[in-house]
Amino acid sequence: MVKRLVVGAHYGFRDWLAQRVTAVVMAVYTVYMLVRVACLPAYDNTAWRDLMAGGFTKYVTFLFALALFYHAWVGVRDIWMDYIKPISVRLTLHVITLLALAGYAGWVAQILWRL
Amino acid sequence: MAEATVRKVRPKYLNLIQIRLPLPGIVSILHRVSGVGLFLALGGLIWLLGASLGSAEQLAAFRAVLAFSVLGLPVVKLVVLGLVWAYLHHFCAGIRFLFLDMHKGIELETARKTAVAVLAVSLSLTVVLGVLTW
Repeated sequence: MVKRLVVGAHYGFRDWLAQRVTAVVMAVYTVYMLVRVACLPAYDNTAWRDLMAGGFTKYVTFLFALALFYHAWVGVRDIWMDYIKPISVRLTLHVITLLALAGYAGWVAQILWRL
Repeated sequence: MAEATVRKVRPKYLNLIQIRLPLPGIVSILHRVSGVGLFLALGGLIWLLGASLGSAEQLAAFRAVLAFSVLGLPVVKLVVLGLVWAYLHHFCAGIRFLFLDMHKGIELETARKTAVAVLAVSLSLTVVLGVLTW
């Protein structure tokens, strides 16, 4: 038996799991919204706006957005780690990715809750 | 212990034109490519969402942007359709990966079949959605 001591912040497993949990959240939301859109009374901007202005829709759409941003963070970070070797460039790209995603979260909240 | 250090020299094929990926490998790299595409387009997609739900001027801007074309080619609509494919491929391939994580469908034959199914389903759904929304 090999006893291995794994050191570090243990974020590997946590992010591996988060990637899958957020994926399931987004998949359920996608199917739910496709059904809601298919059941719209008309295909115009009023119907679209009424759908998105619903309290439950706003809530789940925001959850979808948060799941998406976490999912994107893990995925894009993996890509930087795979291809970008110089540590300073990699760190810069990590920071830019995080800042972009954090800003997007605020932007989506503003779009939804001004409705 | 000695033989553990002996390494067989294996040929490396790092030439992207020479590499022949099996079907599951194609699904896998397209999963990554579609993910990058969607990430890069995220800002534009949120802008489209906001404009479609915004004021009358923003809605007009939304329609103008979607109708933007070069030499009669509706480039923005085509890019959005490409992103629809990216989303659908990422969705289908992601579900396949979730099953692989649970050790479902890991036999070679099944894995090949599900890889073909991912490519076929995401492409045909893209065509269906494209026709319905164009």
